[in-house]
Amino acid sequence: MIDNPKTGMTLIVKTITRLTIGLILLFGIYIIFHGHLSPGGGFAGGVIVALSFVHMMLAFGKDVAVTKISKNLASNLESIGALMFLSVALLGFLGGTFFMNVLAKGTPFRLFSAGTILLSNISIGIKVGVGLFAIFLALVVLERAKKEE
Amino acid sequence: MELHILLIFMIFAAIVAIEVKDLLSSVIAVGAVGFALCLAFLILKAPDLAITQLVVEILCLIILIRATIKRDLPLVIEGRWVFNTVSTLVFIAVFLFFAWAALRELPNFQDPIMAVAKKYIAEGRMKTGAVNIVTAIILDFRAYDTLGEATVLFTSVIGIMAILRRPGRKKKEILR
Repeated sequence: MIDNPKTGMTLIVKTITRLTIGLILLFGIYIIFHGHLSPGGGFAGGVIVALSFVHMMLAFGKDVAVTKISKNLASNLESIGALMFLSVALLGFLGGTFFMNVLAKGTPFRLFSAGTILLSNISIGIKVGVGLFAIFLALVVLERAKKEE
Repeated sequence: MELHILLIFMIFAAIVAIEVKDLLSSVIAVGAVGFALCLAFLILKAPDLAITQLVVEILCLIILIRATIKRDLPLVIEGRWVFNTVSTLVFIAVFLFFAWAALRELPNFQDPIMAVAKKYIAEGRMKTGAVNIVTAIILDFRAYDTLGEATVLFTSVIGIMAILRRPGRKKKEILR
């Protein structure tokens, strides 16, 4: 399905996409995990992750992208991200109040520091990335459905 | 100085986006406004906002271009132009009056009221352990706001998924 020349864009675009898409995804994950150390964070990193999947869909066509993440998996993952963020918030009740930072602070400038902020960043990253990709997927599917009629 | 050039460019591009007849050109002009806003955030030393603005702008542009390409809307100008012009002028006058009244009360540019911000900056790293002060604020001090934003995004995704389901599925099931 991937090498089918009839779907998606030309061979040049497909080859470049194959080289760059992993790097884009990795950069998004890096931005999410280093949100408390460098500029960026869950929202920006999540959008970069979503852009890597949008990139794949534009280059290879809709069917290849749907085999990687289907619409149901996307909405399930989005709900999981939202529940995870809410449970991080509820975790604060262990320390007394909503959104209390209960985990160990750690030493600054380390990856595993800042307590619950890293967990919040990861959950927001999952939610935003998958959610925006689901919106794009829904728009494309609607266009196809209209053309078929 | 660069900031003023960027602001003038953004205003110009926004006017172009409104006035141009072709829908695709309009979308591209909106994109120019967004990227200039990204540069403005960088000049104002807000790299977090600049990154977010850049990536969101790219995604929105892809979606808008996909939606508008080869599907131009015809421009409709007809009838009642006296009423339209007068109401537009009245609205502009009311808007300008309230804008003048509100802008007089604002503090000077780059001189905001710093009472809360000073506390965050002084105690942020010690209280949260996060080096990036922006993340420390949005995910610890003001995490409740972030929860609200996440809820907005979640609701919008649910709404889009509900509206854009494959149309006509229910009818076929009834026919069977």
